[in-house]
Amino acid sequence: MDRDTVPPEPQGGFSFENCLRNAALEKAGGVQGFRSPKARKTGTTIAGLIYKVTGTGRPYGALCQFPSLLTRALSLPSCCGAGVAADAEMTTQLLSSNMELHSLSTDRPPRVITACRFLKQKLFRYQGHIGASLILGGVDPTGPHLYSIHPHGSTSKVPFTSMGSGAAAAIAVLEDRFKPGMELAEGQELLAEAITAGILSDLGSGSNVDLCVITQGGAQILRPFRTPVSRGKRQGRYQYQAGTTAVLTEAITPLRLEVVDETVTAMDMD
Amino acid sequence: MNSRGIGSQVKDSIPIAEFSASGTFGDHDILRRGFTSVKNELLPSHPLELSEKNFLLNQDKMNLSTLRNIQGLHAPLKLQMEFRAAKQVQRLPFLHSSNIALDTLRGNDDCIGFEDILNDPSQSEIMGEPHVMVEYKLGLL
Repeated sequence: MDRDTVPPEPQGGFSFENCLRNAALEKAGGVQGFRSPKARKTGTTIAGLIYKVTGTGRPYGALCQFPSLLTRALSLPSCCGAGVAADAEMTTQLLSSNMELHSLSTDRPPRVITACRFLKQKLFRYQGHIGASLILGGVDPTGPHLYSIHPHGSTSKVPFTSMGSGAAAAIAVLEDRFKPGMELAEGQELLAEAITAGILSDLGSGSNVDLCVITQGGAQILRPFRTPVSRGKRQGRYQYQAGTTAVLTEAITPLRLEVVDETVTAMDMD
Repeated sequence: MNSRGIGSQVKDSIPIAEFSASGTFGDHDILRRGFTSVKNELLPSHPLELSEKNFLLNQDKMNLSTLRNIQGLHAPLKLQMEFRAAKQVQRLPFLHSSNIALDTLRGNDDCIGFEDILNDPSQSEIMGEPHVMVEYKLGLL
């Protein structure tokens, strides 16, 4: 009986057991032709803005996202994500559960700043290895808020923002035409145009614009809001007919096999 | 029970069992730990490994020292005493304990983190041998 048969105390959370092995495999792999599985890389454009505060003082907000990475964190703060898709999704699910628990234990509706702080602390703890860039928006008793959260844990409170690989194009449109206090339709139009700019300029961002409007009463997802580009249709059939290529010669070589040894094993059928 | 303070429990390297020429295969389990190399023993395999290993301890250290500065020595002393008392409530060595008292004291009962989702210890695929683990725990091994 060896001390080694006592397994280490199991701990929850991330396990780094295979990191050394993976590093060694990658290093030796080039020699023997081992290729590690590659992640599938696509792109995203997400954007958000805050629109009109009405005269009665009831604030509204809007969040536009693409593709379908919106995970609703309760009915109030909602989050859309870019970066590593799995990381963003897991993080927002964790956020959603924790906000629910927090609001149950404090007996109050959750605030957007709480969600932002939670995300910020979580992402900073992992020093950017969790590659989730998120736009968090919502309406709480203090008003509408919009935060952009980067993978290393930095956040900023903004009236409009965009993230993802198509962010540059989208932010250009937003910066040009954003005015504080826009109407809902105007805001939706501006966001759709910003995302469209991202779609058209960025190879990775896809083809649909989905919108999520967050108000005091909850979040409403409009999917798809607009499809600025659709997959092109081919003009004709480019397949060759069977028999297009003429057969010039044909040579058949029979492969003769010689029976060397024959064994018969009886199988017990009971 | 480790009676030293929190500060000295913080680990700055990942310990690996030493070699012993006397065992049949030595103490080094190649299947579980891979081939030996000095670099593997000294450096962590992932930048986050050390920081994650020490995260709870560092957080406790920071919180308790802040508490000591604000409220005096007795507050962190009392809390640490309660933590140690709650940590001693365990089942038999090879059975997983839910640590419900410890979680409630720490406030983990209304939080969900990665340690609850990933690698749940109650669903660990590795089981130790009961007799060996009891002997190890009692210090007889």
